[in-house]
Amino acid sequence: MTQYYLQQLINGLMLGSLYALVAIGFSMIYGIVRLINFAHGDVVMIGAFATLALVGAGTPWLLVAPVVLLTGVLAGITIERAVFRPIRGAPQVTGFIATLALSVMIENGGVMLLSPQPRNFLFPDVMRTRVPIGPATVSLTDLVIIATTLILVGVLVLVVRRTRPGMAMRATAENLAVARLMGIDVNRTIMAAFALGSALAAIAGLLWGGRFGQIDPLMGFAPGLKAFVACVIGGVGSIPGAMIGGYLLGLGEVLFVGLLPPEYSGYRDAFVFATLILVLLVLPNGLLGRSEEERA
Amino acid sequence: MLEIADLHVRRGATHVLRGVSLTVAEGEIVTLIGPNGAGKTTLLLTISGLLPVLSGAVSCRIDGETRSLGDLRADRIVAAGIVQCPEGRQVFASLTVRENLLVGAYRRHARDDLRKDLERCFGLFPILAERQALSAGSLSGGEQMMLAIGRALMARPRLLLLDEPSLGLAPQVVETIFDTILQINRAGTTVLLVEQNAELALEVADRGYVMETGNIVHTGTGQALLDDPAVKQAYLGIAP
Repeated sequence: MTQYYLQQLINGLMLGSLYALVAIGFSMIYGIVRLINFAHGDVVMIGAFATLALVGAGTPWLLVAPVVLLTGVLAGITIERAVFRPIRGAPQVTGFIATLALSVMIENGGVMLLSPQPRNFLFPDVMRTRVPIGPATVSLTDLVIIATTLILVGVLVLVVRRTRPGMAMRATAENLAVARLMGIDVNRTIMAAFALGSALAAIAGLLWGGRFGQIDPLMGFAPGLKAFVACVIGGVGSIPGAMIGGYLLGLGEVLFVGLLPPEYSGYRDAFVFATLILVLLVLPNGLLGRSEEERA
Repeated sequence: MLEIADLHVRRGATHVLRGVSLTVAEGEIVTLIGPNGAGKTTLLLTISGLLPVLSGAVSCRIDGETRSLGDLRADRIVAAGIVQCPEGRQVFASLTVRENLLVGAYRRHARDDLRKDLERCFGLFPILAERQALSAGSLSGGEQMMLAIGRALMARPRLLLLDEPSLGLAPQVVETIFDTILQINRAGTTVLLVEQNAELALEVADRGYVMETGNIVHTGTGQALLDDPAVKQAYLGIAP
């Protein structure tokens, strides 16, 4: 029985890692432009299809990951330049509609160009090795997903906390106008936040596709929405909050399915969104979020 | 150093500045006084490149190079040597005191200079040295004002724009701040000071301008304005 729980725990951590990767970028972008980027989930899809193309071309895996990362960077920069920059300073509703439109365009563009047919790519065989952990055995894939996430998030936190561009990013996120008065090139800083956040989402796409074995142009919708929920749970705009929210959501979802009788498993998404409503009712600013009044 | 000619600026639907002209010469402290809503902050934000120029000219001449600020991005204006310490302090509350100062020096790279500037700043405001590692949000209002001035100085301004440094501060703190402004000016930084506290501002200033509803209505040396019956009545609360 402990074996079963341990197994579920690892599953939850794996899923939570994927949510966290997407949620952190979501949160970074919100933190700096104060707009929800509904197209963020679609960068996951872009990352997954970039992986598919690279693997199909016979690229060695050691090269696939950095190229997918770079694809995410480019996608983020393009989204910022094409959609966010022109509407900067516009009312939030404008941003809301614009990014929703962007998401619809990316998804349907994907359907047109790539066909709605699901495709798949496989991680190398070695990733399917079962690794014993105590009484349970888990696939190497799950461990790689968890480790990759922790490493990437660690690097990101170092960049944001300890580097000059990271400091500029935090200053810009807190007060854009004053950041400009201090000589920060906020265009470049905002672009950097989009680049970093989108790179994480693209890697999540690679991991998602390899883990679940199927990708399609609409696949970004679910992770995007769940990352949004993870952000709200953790406190929108907070990087540690997004991470905690991602893991809580992943664990909660897996445990919901794993512990309740099988006939309830169809309600997993209902569980996710019920959690969202509950969090909004009890903690409107999330676990680590600060209210706008406190920020000011 | 700074020359503004017939400047018009709009904020949203409101025509805020209606033909403002003023000059600041190198080495001066010039103050701009006037009631709330006259357009003082709007003028400073326009000089710093945060608001677009509708018509008229804003130009600066620093080290023999004349530039039109209306065409420059905010970060280039800072690089040109014009730095603003904004209204209401607006320190980055979630960053540490030291990080706030480093953000001020963002345009610069040389590490040695950075250390020297930090020391200069801690020399002016010793309390900031003690509070270096604390978050700026935990400082008192007066300390935040010192940090905001220190942050602006880290950019090595040739012209420092100060927007109401006395706002919401205790009288003794205001005195310290104004002493420091004089000290900064004597060390070679030109100052354009926007103030509600007209008496104090005119006392330290070489020259002053009085602004009302988007226009300059009086100008003169600090002392002349202090003695002007119209200014006295309107801004110093003294009956003629």
